[in-house]
Amino acid sequence: MLGFTRAQSAGFVLMVAILLAAPFVAYPIFLMQVMCYALFAMGANLLMGYIGLLSLGQAAFFGMGGYVGGYAVQSLHLTPELGVVLGGLTGAAIGVVFGWLAIRRQTIYFAMITLALAQFVNFFAVQDTGFTGGENGMQNIPRGKLFGMVALGPDLHLYAFTLVIFLAGFLFAHRVIHSPFGQVVKAIRENESRAISLGYKVDQYKWIIFIIAAFLAGIAGALNALVTKIVTLTDVGNVTSAIVVLMVLVGGIGTVFGPLIGAAIVIAMQYYLASFSDWVTVIQGVIFIACVLLFRRGVVGEFAAKLKLSL
Amino acid sequence: MSDYVLEAQGLSKGFRGFMAVQGVDLNVENGSIHALIGPNGAGKTTCFNLLTKFLQPSAGRIAFEGQDITQLSPAGVARRGMVRSFQISAVFGHMTALENVRIALARARGGNFDFWRGERVLIRFNDRALALLDDVGLSDSAGVPAVALSYGRKRALEIATTLALEPRLMLLDEPTAGMTEADVGRIVALIRKIRAGRTILMVEHNLSVVSGLSDRITVLARGRVLAEGDYASVSANEAVVTAYLGTDHQDV
Repeated sequence: MLGFTRAQSAGFVLMVAILLAAPFVAYPIFLMQVMCYALFAMGANLLMGYIGLLSLGQAAFFGMGGYVGGYAVQSLHLTPELGVVLGGLTGAAIGVVFGWLAIRRQTIYFAMITLALAQFVNFFAVQDTGFTGGENGMQNIPRGKLFGMVALGPDLHLYAFTLVIFLAGFLFAHRVIHSPFGQVVKAIRENESRAISLGYKVDQYKWIIFIIAAFLAGIAGALNALVTKIVTLTDVGNVTSAIVVLMVLVGGIGTVFGPLIGAAIVIAMQYYLASFSDWVTVIQGVIFIACVLLFRRGVVGEFAAKLKLSL
Repeated sequence: MSDYVLEAQGLSKGFRGFMAVQGVDLNVENGSIHALIGPNGAGKTTCFNLLTKFLQPSAGRIAFEGQDITQLSPAGVARRGMVRSFQISAVFGHMTALENVRIALARARGGNFDFWRGERVLIRFNDRALALLDDVGLSDSAGVPAVALSYGRKRALEIATTLALEPRLMLLDEPTAGMTEADVGRIVALIRKIRAGRTILMVEHNLSVVSGLSDRITVLARGRVLAEGDYASVSANEAVVTAYLGTDHQDV
């Protein structure tokens, strides 16, 4: 089904079952944030895991998606689904420009360009223009009514909305990987020179993947704005860019379920280790180092390798 | 139209003052196998990179089928029908042999930006891909990831992938480098088989391969053309013997 292997199909069914049952046992806001960041990380995983590009500026798309999505529902009184769509389009639009500039360089230079471009967005967000709210951020974002009919105020309503978007994003990312386009992307990661020598214009493929990743980040940012009701400078900052890289690595780079697991682990640390206050970042740092040194394939990657499965 | 499929004039490339290739003229005749030989560091691979535009020449002009390609991108050169291989075997390691060939077939047919369609649309290339694998003796390895193939078989796969583009000019960079005797024999037989209707320019170290295969040989040394001709005339050239084989070499 949909190009899933049998193990992936089983994993998908299990994932849907858990996500359907979870809001009745765990804190819904936490779960929704996990799904938002999982969407965000799925985009980053397309870049890192499938075409081999490390971006250190993904928060620019996430944050701006949040600001525009939040502005759309708060000030323009648009419905939440439109806010999410606008957030995604905002991410993609910025991705078109940033990607066009960044794909001209490779490896660390690519990463540095994305970081620098994200700083521009950060600079814009810090200005209190009445749009981003500067240091105060954008607050009290209403959740509105889905299609103007169903109020998303109750957590379970918003949860259902978030789950649908998350699953759509999940299937979309999976389709991208298992498309004719995805095959070329895989070939570029395997051997870029050879792909060029076969006549592939690899920059265009990198650009499209970059835009798709930015689109998913924008969707995630707007959805996160509805869930948390605020957008702050953190959402558009470098720490968020680093967090999403951490999620991809901890979950398992280049795996289908890695971004969700990685997001769940990192968000869970932020929620349940909050009592350690500033030490959370230290703990995250230790986990990051342990991950890189000891299990480079990440949780899902190691698990899949043990079972000799593709997950 | 001229009889030359590829014409290069005054090809030069300098790296920070060091001239790797200097004023090379090269004409590859339609339908021939043309070999580029020379000692290590002679600039053979640099020449290849210049001709296929992986490097931009500092000076000179390249024409393919009578059209100037000096300013084209490497992907653009490939799209015109001039396809290269690499010295280090270049396969897509974590894709099967079949997928490797399919990637090349798909490039020629379009639809490669379709990220919303399923992989199934690639199945239509399977028959052609299997036929190409069969041509190079890999029909039993279609489902094997390229990384698991032996070195000789990787090179054969590379040739099948190149053939999939139906190139009018194939550039093979040391197709037998690092191979066992048996594998060399197999690749030579394969090149003989595929040369029909094609033009091949190859860099080669192995003189027995060159002597048996090539119609014309260009000898490079220190970035310049030292001699050109058929095997008999080139191997009789004293300057070539000195530069390529060293002064004390007996058995040319």
